[in-house]
Amino acid sequence: MQIQSTVAVLPNDNIDTDQIIPARFLKTISKEGLGDQLFCDWRYNADGSPKADFVLNTPAAKASKVLLAGDNFGCGSSREHAPWALTQYGFQAVLSTSFADIFKQNSLKNRLLPIVMPKDAHAALFVALEKDPALQVTIDLPAQTLSWPGGPAVEFPIDAFAKDCLLEGVDEIGYVLKQDSAITAFEAQRSISLNTLA
Amino acid sequence: MPSNKPRTIIEKVWDNHIVAQREGAPAVLFIDLHLVHEVTSPQAFSGLRERGVKVRRPDLTFATVDHSTPTTPRNLPIVDQIAATQVAQLEKNATEFGIPYFGFQNLNQGIVHVIGPEQGLTQPGMTVVCGDSHTATHGAFGALAFGIGTSEVEMVLATQCLLQRPSKTFEVKVEGTLKPGVSAKDIILALCAKIGIGGGTGCVFEFTGSAIRALSMEERMTVCNMSIEAGARAGLIAPDEKTYEYIKGRKFAPKGEEWDKAVAFWKTLPTDEGATYDYTVSIDADALEPMITFGTNPGMGMAISGAVPDPASQSDPLERESLRKALQYMNLQAGQPIAGQKIDVVFIGSCTNSRMTDLRAAASVLKGRKVSPSVRVMVVPGSQEIKRQAEAEGLDQVFRDAGAEWREAGCSMCIAMNGDQLSPGQYSVSTSNRNFEGRQGKGGRTFLASPLTAAASAVTGVVTDVRSL
Ligand code: SF4
Repeated sequence: MQIQSTVAVLPNDNIDTDQIIPARFLKTISKEGLGDQLFCDWRYNADGSPKADFVLNTPAAKASKVLLAGDNFGCGSSREHAPWALTQYGFQAVLSTSFADIFKQNSLKNRLLPIVMPKDAHAALFVALEKDPALQVTIDLPAQTLSWPGGPAVEFPIDAFAKDCLLEGVDEIGYVLKQDSAITAFEAQRSISLNTLA
Repeated sequence: MPSNKPRTIIEKVWDNHIVAQREGAPAVLFIDLHLVHEVTSPQAFSGLRERGVKVRRPDLTFATVDHSTPTTPRNLPIVDQIAATQVAQLEKNATEFGIPYFGFQNLNQGIVHVIGPEQGLTQPGMTVVCGDSHTATHGAFGALAFGIGTSEVEMVLATQCLLQRPSKTFEVKVEGTLKPGVSAKDIILALCAKIGIGGGTGCVFEFTGSAIRALSMEERMTVCNMSIEAGARAGLIAPDEKTYEYIKGRKFAPKGEEWDKAVAFWKTLPTDEGATYDYTVSIDADALEPMITFGTNPGMGMAISGAVPDPASQSDPLERESLRKALQYMNLQAGQPIAGQKIDVVFIGSCTNSRMTDLRAAASVLKGRKVSPSVRVMVVPGSQEIKRQAEAEGLDQVFRDAGAEWREAGCSMCIAMNGDQLSPGQYSVSTSNRNFEGRQGKGGRTFLASPLTAAASAVTGVVTDVRSL
């Protein structure tokens, strides 16, 4: 999995999932149709017209597969609608100095790479993009590296199991379903009963 | 995991649930209780249908509707057709997959994190998950309880297990005695302000110390509820006599001989003497003041006697910019005292503060007083059961006499999915857990605080320290 792309920049810390996809769009029973609502309240005017100066409305961002944001991206609500909306917009990776735990898990399950960068490289990329907004970054998942012309080669951490699943296309639910006998054995030695109506 | 090494309660509960652990892979962790609501589950059930698999343990699964449901009288239909479809979909899924379900008209319906404990479903030592980040609430009982995404909801429905890596352990020690006017909500808001919204990322909190022991179960739920607001996926409190007392006799609690066995097991859960944590932080309960947020995340909080901070005082450029944007969104000036800020709405409710203790606290302030004519005050009980109990105590009358609205149970203006919402530019003092931009309605501005502070502010129409009334 290699990604080469320009970068859309959102220089805010603590971008929460309520911003990524506001709650009023969570009444859907499908995963589809969320890309247009990504960052809805930052992206559109009250009359529904796009705000020209908001990054996601620029032609350059629309062609970008990579989003660069501030620290602690994806905090707040557990809604998986956030990575659904990001991937439907066209993003394949988000770069930050850290991610909220649930968002990180949700992203990996939707082939959206949450790439944690060291603080100095993260700051350097902001500067490089200010100088050259058309700068392309290259993300190499097997090698776990992120690089750009004139920048450092940044190694990024990723859970080894999640990486394998992404590269080999392993279905995690299928993987656990196959461990049926271990689950059955565990259940047998455990007798929690909630006396529910089921 | 037989070992003589002293362990924290977090590690004990984790160890007790490992089904399989392959080299290099995350643990397969067994889940004792899976709570399901209408917003984060439909796509998971669709996934099950596509795979042709059943729900493995419907007896350990429990569903209810709370997020998109109206809080208007229950004899009225759900007017929002999209919400009505979502509610109907959960009912259909629960029926098809054989899951116990408290529907919209059920007399025990309520916010998922309120009814789990109320029904005795939540018990010490359990692993509890829900497609909802405030699942940490159940940690008040000594359960390892955390929020998951919809893919994980599907995994738990299909296998009753999750793939997980262990979290780091983080002790939050709260020693001392809370002063009058200071409550459980202020403890957790103080933690958020102290370590920031990302401070507990990758961790599970254990709340310890004399001030935590002194809290009732309902207050402990308030504290654990907002663990996610300090970045931790879960937060828990070791069970004690108060815990057992609360659970005993509830509908799904163990009975008879099972009860004695359960209590004996629960007593083995508290953290061993000599166990160590990866991180520790202390909060001095004696020094705590009523807390309130001023910004657009729960970490942007301070004592109610304080003044709005100045972005210029921040050294990190991104943090400075975040604070500047927050104050701009909130339309507050650096240096302005937060007390005295005019408000439009007061919301008393949510899985953080909608239980009897919270309603009694709010009523104690509103009794014999009137809410300010310029303020809309909504009181939304966490469950139908709480609503009945409050009415039996006459609290509804106190609220109505004061000029507040007394509504039906649900998430309501905590998430503003059901029509209960702020208008653009309006300010609220809210007992809920999130003050993100637009959380309570597009353009709305939220100050998070305790029920006491919310009720005091309702009376005056401005942000008010309850001790000044
Ligand atoms: S009350 Fe608010 S935080 Fe709690 S479950 Fe409902 S929407 Fe989530």
